[in-house]
Amino acid sequence: MRLRIAFSKHGKIRFTSHRDVARIWERALRRTKLPVAYSEGFTPRPKLSFGLALSTGHESEGEYLDVDLDPEQGADLDLAGLTTHLSAQLPVGMTATGVVVIDRRMPSLQQAVTSCTWQIDVRDVDESTAQAAIDAALAADELMITRERKGKEVTDDIRPLVFGLAVDQPIENGVRLIAELGTQPRAVRVTELLSALDPPLAEPLLNEPRVLRVHQWITTDDGERYDPMSVAAAASAPVGVA
Amino acid sequence: MPSGAPSTDLWPRLEPLLPQVQKPARYIGCEDGMQTPEHGPDKTSWLFTYPDTYEIGLPNAGLQILYEIINERPDAAAERSYAPWVDMEELLRREGLPLFSVDTHKPAGEFDIIAFNLSAELTYTNLVNCIDLAGVPIHSARRSDADPLIAVGGHCTYNPEPIADFVDLVVLGDGEEAIGDITDLVGEWKRNGKNAGTREGLLRELSKIEGVYVPSMYEVEYDGEFLAAVTPRYPDVPEKVEKRTVADLADWPYPKQQLVPMTEVVHDRLAVEVFRGCTRGCRFCQAGMITRPVRERPAEQVSRMISEGLQRTGYDEVSLTSLSTADFSGIEKVVADTVSDQGVGQVSVALPSLRVDAFTVGIAAELQRARRTGLTFAPEAGSWRMRQVINKLIREEDLYGAVESAYSQGWRRMKLYFLTGLPTETDDDTLGIAELGRNCVELGKKYNSSASVTVSVGGFVPKPQTPFQWFGQNTEEELRRKVELLKNDLRGTKGVQLKWHDTRASLAEGITSRGDRRLGAVIEYVWRHGGTFQEWSEHFSIDLWLEALAANGLDVEWYVYRHRTEDELLPWDHLSAGLHKDFLWQDWRDALEELGLEDCRWTPCYDCGACTGYGIEHVVASATPPAGGSQGTGVDLSAGGAVPVTLQTSKPIGVGGS
Repeated sequence: MRLRIAFSKHGKIRFTSHRDVARIWERALRRTKLPVAYSEGFTPRPKLSFGLALSTGHESEGEYLDVDLDPEQGADLDLAGLTTHLSAQLPVGMTATGVVVIDRRMPSLQQAVTSCTWQIDVRDVDESTAQAAIDAALAADELMITRERKGKEVTDDIRPLVFGLAVDQPIENGVRLIAELGTQPRAVRVTELLSALDPPLAEPLLNEPRVLRVHQWITTDDGERYDPMSVAAAASAPVGVA
Repeated sequence: MPSGAPSTDLWPRLEPLLPQVQKPARYIGCEDGMQTPEHGPDKTSWLFTYPDTYEIGLPNAGLQILYEIINERPDAAAERSYAPWVDMEELLRREGLPLFSVDTHKPAGEFDIIAFNLSAELTYTNLVNCIDLAGVPIHSARRSDADPLIAVGGHCTYNPEPIADFVDLVVLGDGEEAIGDITDLVGEWKRNGKNAGTREGLLRELSKIEGVYVPSMYEVEYDGEFLAAVTPRYPDVPEKVEKRTVADLADWPYPKQQLVPMTEVVHDRLAVEVFRGCTRGCRFCQAGMITRPVRERPAEQVSRMISEGLQRTGYDEVSLTSLSTADFSGIEKVVADTVSDQGVGQVSVALPSLRVDAFTVGIAAELQRARRTGLTFAPEAGSWRMRQVINKLIREEDLYGAVESAYSQGWRRMKLYFLTGLPTETDDDTLGIAELGRNCVELGKKYNSSASVTVSVGGFVPKPQTPFQWFGQNTEEELRRKVELLKNDLRGTKGVQLKWHDTRASLAEGITSRGDRRLGAVIEYVWRHGGTFQEWSEHFSIDLWLEALAANGLDVEWYVYRHRTEDELLPWDHLSAGLHKDFLWQDWRDALEELGLEDCRWTPCYDCGACTGYGIEHVVASATPPAGGSQGTGVDLSAGGAVPVTLQTSKPIGVGGS
């Protein structure tokens, strides 16, 4: 049996890395005594599979992981209340928000998720500057960024993956943006988007924006948009969704 | 900070800095087991600080034990801090922010006591840096009544003289009881308002607590280069400070809530201390000398701490900690209990300190069924003669038995630890290290064609309160020559990988380990010239240390390389780990005679002083030595060829490779 767990990450714990979060989950799952399946071999690992890595420092309301349960022990598992039970084992700032059973044949989160919605709080920028930069970007045919890949500088056009970008509201000493950015074949990072704008809305390290992942989306071939929990629910009954 | 001031939370000012530093999770706290105590004028506050990075410091068991004990008191509060990495330090200084606790992000300067764990001499410059970052004057003499008290504990405190200028009080030995006594006195002083001019009186009172040494209460006189006298400044200050010893570990089942970090640290697993102290008597080993006598934790308590700890933390690995862990008389029971514990799932057990024998390998095989890591043995020296000198009485057949047993049970690689630069060491002894490595690989080839051995060699640094405290350390050139000797000998040898410790780091460690108070200026010089994180190769600079010595008119030869004589007053002679000085001297002479000394756990007492002096005894569950191996009492000490080597009394041995 495979479970998909949704969780959020807020506050101080946002400074943990993707690897850190994986370890936090391994320990939390052991504490709940959930019969997690282990890999074979010399160094058996629990079979967990995480979605798109969240950059260290970003917060999220939409994180997911898939957990394989040991078929010999998991059959008569009582899933009611598991969301609350899991949250109790997570550190302050991380909360489980839902659990569903998914079909093992479903594509992994990495493969299935097509875009993410981001809330981006940019400091030291006024609304009109931000609006102008956004308008220019949306009107452009291409939006070039340079990034390092395997030690080589690569130039990419991220414009096709900017599905949405708008000023949401002014905030104290800055402005809040909402962006929907594509993840296939390779996810666009929020910092990459901001640095591609003219003028760039965030200089790395100096006025680091506060970033929140609001949603992850799975858009099917026929254009239907689901979140990773509801796409699972389409195939099986939800259990204890908070 | 005046008593009664509200507690400051620096988090809002630290948070914007964190996206700009490497590994920001070092600074967030949030550990499972973290406490966020209330502070107030009626509560004595401790900031337990490890003067190296979070990853190294977080697992430190000593700090975690004291953190819990203090927080259990209604009249006290404890938090933790770690040395900020250089990127974070730069930002803190730029923003005018101080060292802070990770628990509530409270400025270090708002605590009553900042207490450091000192496990390695090369962290001394970080100690000074942390005091400075806390906004406290680095010299104890310059501190005012309102400043926090700077305390230190840990193994380095058996010669705290090089850092005497920077610290207010030193705790020798086990801290569990001593910190309670200190809290009582400091609490009373705090409730009375820390009035101007009362700090000296407090320090004088503190110096009367058993196990507490207050350097400023002692006058130090020199006669030329030599130390002439260390004299208490008041009649009620003890002439000799004895270490504190907890008689029964069963009374202290700590940590009860081991901290589980949110980010990766060096020993990211449950740790349960199975005993404290060691009487194997390895003469180079400071830890074995200063932590006597042996005090075992009852096996039932160990099994319970493991089971409860694993369930609480969610770890799948537990480490049984002690010196020479296989000597724990309850080892078989604990193994059986843990392996059969249904409540904790698949668990692997680490024995960080293995004994060199087949019994130990059998235990390791049983314990590592779930996940098999490498095996590490520490024969320490390459020849039987040399091992008699250092009293590490492992015969070659013991080592080969252990190694063959391990290869036959599926291990493919193992690590062997050695020291070079030991007293009376000849090139034959050094080359014996390579020979042992080669022979081990040959044995392994019988079982696996890819069998390999890592031979790890460290330069020996003589330590205070050991029989080798009189020995002149090998020069850096000599240590380097010995490493070269091994490199040349092992060149082209398949399956043996040689690793060695930076010989320059051994020199810097030598400068600080047996120094006197004149070394304070050297440490300050290195710190002022940017020499923090000296344990990190990318920051270590031997040139800075040598420059600092020269700038202060001090000599490497005198502090590091020269042999001390019996009548010399050593800088730590007014501090006692319980060992009689005449016992240490006799053991030093025995070493030069290549005479081994048996483990007193299972043989009659030879009166080293650690038990008799304190009216305590070994606490062991079994009066018989553990099964297997020659390191019990059954060894024939006269085995091996006798090579008469005498030690010159005041010249370094074999300098320059003659």
